[in-house]
Amino acid sequence: METKGLNSPGYEIPDDVKGAVAITTIDRIYNWGRRSSVWPLMFGLACCAIEMIATAAGRYDFSRFGMEVMRPSPRQADLMLVSGTVTKKMAPTIVRLYNQMPEPKYVVAMGACASGGGPFKEGYNVVSGVDKLIPVDVYIPGCPPTPQALINGLIKLQEKIDGQHWKDTRWYREGDLAAIPIPMLGPDLIYQEQIPAIKEASKEA
Amino acid sequence: MTTLDFSRFGTSVAVDEREGYEGYLVSADKLVEFATALRDEYGYDYLSSVTGVDYIAEEKFEVVYHAYKTIGGAELVFKVQVARDKAEVPSLIDIYPGADFQEREAWDLLGIKFTGHPDLRRILLWEGFEGHPLRKDWQEAYYEEDIKPFKSRWPKAEYTRAEAQNPYGANVKYPDQFDPEKWVPEGEDALYGSLAKYETTDESGLKTDHLTVNLGPQHPSTHGVFRIAATLDGETIMNLKPVMGYLHRNHEKIGERNTYLQNMPFTDRLDYLSSLSNNFGYALAVEKLLNIEVPERAEYIRVIMAELTRIQNHLFAIGMFLNDLGAFFTPSLYAIEERELVLDIFEMVTGSRMMCNYFRFGGLARDLPAGSLQKIKDLVFDRLPRKTDEMDRFLSENEILRSRTVGQGYLSTEDAIKYASAGPVLRASGVPYDIRRAAPYSIYDRFDFNVAVRYNGDIYDRYIIRLDEIRESIKILQQAVEQIPEGEIQTGKPRYQMKVPAGEAYGRVEGPKGELGFYLVSDGKGNPYRYHVRAPSFINLTAFGPMCKGLKIADVVAVLGSIDIVLGETDR
Ligand code: SF4
Repeated sequence: METKGLNSPGYEIPDDVKGAVAITTIDRIYNWGRRSSVWPLMFGLACCAIEMIATAAGRYDFSRFGMEVMRPSPRQADLMLVSGTVTKKMAPTIVRLYNQMPEPKYVVAMGACASGGGPFKEGYNVVSGVDKLIPVDVYIPGCPPTPQALINGLIKLQEKIDGQHWKDTRWYREGDLAAIPIPMLGPDLIYQEQIPAIKEASKEA
Repeated sequence: MTTLDFSRFGTSVAVDEREGYEGYLVSADKLVEFATALRDEYGYDYLSSVTGVDYIAEEKFEVVYHAYKTIGGAELVFKVQVARDKAEVPSLIDIYPGADFQEREAWDLLGIKFTGHPDLRRILLWEGFEGHPLRKDWQEAYYEEDIKPFKSRWPKAEYTRAEAQNPYGANVKYPDQFDPEKWVPEGEDALYGSLAKYETTDESGLKTDHLTVNLGPQHPSTHGVFRIAATLDGETIMNLKPVMGYLHRNHEKIGERNTYLQNMPFTDRLDYLSSLSNNFGYALAVEKLLNIEVPERAEYIRVIMAELTRIQNHLFAIGMFLNDLGAFFTPSLYAIEERELVLDIFEMVTGSRMMCNYFRFGGLARDLPAGSLQKIKDLVFDRLPRKTDEMDRFLSENEILRSRTVGQGYLSTEDAIKYASAGPVLRASGVPYDIRRAAPYSIYDRFDFNVAVRYNGDIYDRYIIRLDEIRESIKILQQAVEQIPEGEIQTGKPRYQMKVPAGEAYGRVEGPKGELGFYLVSDGKGNPYRYHVRAPSFINLTAFGPMCKGLKIADVVAVLGSIDIVLGETDR
């Protein structure tokens, strides 16, 4: 077993059990396990998904980071790699998928589109970034980001996981975690939290 | 253009005499009769493209049709004009069933009603969406000005975020008096209503309801955000409708705001696996409008790039197709390994792996850098032929692959033409139609190559024809890299902004997935008045439902894989 990343500094471990015994903290062992097996949801939205596939293939190979186990079902996934343009027609599905993922879950916005709408931002069917719908942990710039950039973003995510503390992560708090309200497809996309404002505007008109 | 004798239609069919336009104007009441004659008597058996244009100044909609003969030759353009406030045109779905999705698209985006269409629902947007976005008087939520460059950004450059200008801080806009609490979502009803309901009763009087099943939009085998709605009898498909639009990124609306050159990088993102072919088609269309020539060397580089694109697209398609058959990722790994080598060349030449943005009107963005030609030679003379044979050896005779694909997902020759299938799908059904031969563009008439064709029309043939096409492309490449001359790569000075003479143009290329066409209308300004893409991935799906009828649900995935769609192009 590789215990280098696991040991808390300042403890002497006798030579004969080195590699078999680690003195560590709860946080460290949780995070170590979590960061080494981030399973992405097999979920491709647009052009960026092709670079994601290229990253999964032999040349760049993100299985080196424990991320090769792509899961088609959100119930088994830890990471939603939003790889492409988020459209309004797709928005309810994306939120639903996110709600179906078990905690702890992470979201990476890959590329300009997922981060902020990208080249298609002004389009009538385009949501200006996936963070209009769900919380995002890491943004990766690029159109599309090269595989190197994607891997860099995923390493950033691992760093973020390393810094988490069980006391203040949302999934160890008491009570149920609220699901994100699913937007509706009306005459345009309707965000649930905007319904009062829309009603207000309709009265004024 | 060929002139045909349509005098028997009297004044109902007239030559389009507007400056820069071609083809015929047909009156709406004679359209069906005209189209029938066109197909049965004049031999135009293939209706490739249907689209609409909003001539708002003249209070008219125009529906534009492009038809061909599958034996080759030039296109025939015909148009129907209707008043804007009474936009109804008879549907041609009975004569050319390939018009199905395209008419639905014109209804969705322009609000032109096709009378007689059995299933005229929205196709890219959802039922209940407000308005028809491609109408010239329809404005999106982030609307700033009609055309680019927007004054706020150039020359003044005072850019504020679009969110800050929208009352909801998001890209949304609601009709006046809209009450969200009274809104009843009805979106899916129309879809399920269009899938005929089946209820059978057996001898004992037992009633059986048929199940409606959805695949996607999030499904590992739909190649992106594509959805299939099907009714099943046990595991057998009774009826199937593709549902798309989950990646509808409004290419055409954005394209009509952009300047001509600004559209070039957007074409990259249509079929994002083959950006250079898309560049090619768009450049051809604009060059037709501008009436400019391309220097020899640039033509050669264009062909080289387009054929390399075809090879890497087909490699990827084969890899993903095998994924769908259950050979998960191993064949893809082989395919992607070769694809990466082609992408290296793209990166070296154009600066980007996928989004190449390399073609310019009248030439190219830059010349081949030193050493790149040698790299291409190494690939096409040695590595690619070898690796193609290797793929063939590993896969083509495989027992499982054969038993899953031979004789399955059959598309007859007549149906392939009828449904306006294009590219490998059409050619695997025994129609040797390849635009590079049927109506050669660029310098394709100089090369010695065969049009790959297979005759069984099943999934297996649609797989194997892609290997054939890779081999033919290698042949073209081998000739091109030997013959390429030195010289200029651009006619005239490169310009980022230009006035384009008024008129229309249709540029089409044989893209890796089939006929990729760009229909442009210019009103003499620096932005296209109408910018329409005839997307092969989209139109090839017309035959998808009929092909799947009677198959098992597991085979649907294989049929879809064999059509090879890319959602960026399907939904645009
Ligand atoms: S960021 Fe660029 S490459 Fe990625 S999905 Fe958007 S347009 Fe495509």
